[in-house]
Amino acid sequence: MSTKNWPLWEIFVRSKNGLEHRHCGSLHASDAEMALENARDVYTRRNEGVSIWVVESKHITASNPENNGELFEPAQDKVYRHPTFYDLPDEVKHM
Amino acid sequence: MSEEQIKNSWTEHSRSLEKEFDARIARDEKIEPKDWMPEKYRQTHIRQMSQHAHSEIVGMLPEGNWITRAPSLRRKVALLAKVQDEAGHGLYLYSATETLGISRDEMYEQLHTGKAKYSSIFNYPTLTWADMGAIGWLVDGAAIINQVPLCNTSYGPYARAMIRVCKEESFHQRQGYEIMMKLANGTPEQKEMAQDALNRWWWPSLMMLGPTDDKSVHTAQSMKWKLKRKTNDELRQQFIDQTVPQADLIGLTIPDPDLKWNEERGSYDFGEIDWDEFWQVVKGHGPMNKARMKARVDAWERGEWVRNAAMAHAEKKANRKQKQAV
Ligand SMILES: [Fe+2]
Ligand SMILES: [Fe+2]
Repeated sequence: MSTKNWPLWEIFVRSKNGLEHRHCGSLHASDAEMALENARDVYTRRNEGVSIWVVESKHITASNPENNGELFEPAQDKVYRHPTFYDLPDEVKHM
Repeated sequence: MSEEQIKNSWTEHSRSLEKEFDARIARDEKIEPKDWMPEKYRQTHIRQMSQHAHSEIVGMLPEGNWITRAPSLRRKVALLAKVQDEAGHGLYLYSATETLGISRDEMYEQLHTGKAKYSSIFNYPTLTWADMGAIGWLVDGAAIINQVPLCNTSYGPYARAMIRVCKEESFHQRQGYEIMMKLANGTPEQKEMAQDALNRWWWPSLMMLGPTDDKSVHTAQSMKWKLKRKTNDELRQQFIDQTVPQADLIGLTIPDPDLKWNEERGSYDFGEIDWDEFWQVVKGHGPMNKARMKARVDAWERGEWVRNAAMAHAEKKANRKQKQAV
């Protein structure tokens, strides 16, 4: 019988209700159910979470840091998207 | 362009990339998995991080030896939790290392064939219950000193794993010290047992912080990449200075006749370390090297059918789901 390796899963944990799930690492498991069980033991031994997401790593598409210029630089000179860009007299309150 | 010219312009290009890379680290920026990095950076990190992971995993064996014989339920749950934490540390570190492009299986292969090393302290035997105390207090104590600076290391996944690890380590050290304290305040036989454990673990713990600075080859490069913030000798001195008063407090004696407070330096002077012993153990001739590796390889091989069965089950389930959908 040929050995197939357990796939890699990315683990996201919500530390408490009201906060988002956050990536905390990865692990190997044969299926989603086992990934959840293993994630509980590996990443939440001290009440670090109230909810876990597992996603098989191969399903994640990541941006390439080499494209950071074209992706993120255009936002840098759009100062008019920030409230401080607009000159208002000090007398204006609550704005 | 001639072949020569192409080659030159390529080295020129990678040299400037490398300069920018070093500058980023100097500015305290983190390097993330998909970022460009020099090949040497990648290889050095794979080596150090995987060896760190292996140490956490092999490190479970000496303590696992005593779980069933813990003297009380309180001690047993604590030791069990500690050993489980070490498994967790190994897993955080393996997955962080995988982000550099090496597979989990390759890493296991390197460990099992002896190509990759692990901390040589785990090649000493655990002879009595007091060894659980000495390991938590001294070995985890030395590990903390090694690991705290790594929370700020330059490779993001490594730094994040280390933050988790360090949060969990302090319980390890405290439970060990508590065991030693209890024994040291117990019957004469118990106190003797604690002293004996300290005698056996003291010198290997000092060696754990690595060869002396004049013998340590990677220091400059490691400092630049923030894999190291202090030299081995500085870390060792820090460990000794913080541990000696802890031994005094519970009435145990550090097994070093040359140990003496140096008023001028504000530190302890200490005796010669037996580096021959250290290199012997590193080369595989320690008392437990063979037993540790055999336990690892056996566990891996005996678990193979379980791993295969789990995979077959997962595939069957996925197929059934697919059929139902049709
Ligand atoms: Fe650990
Ligand atoms: Fe530990």
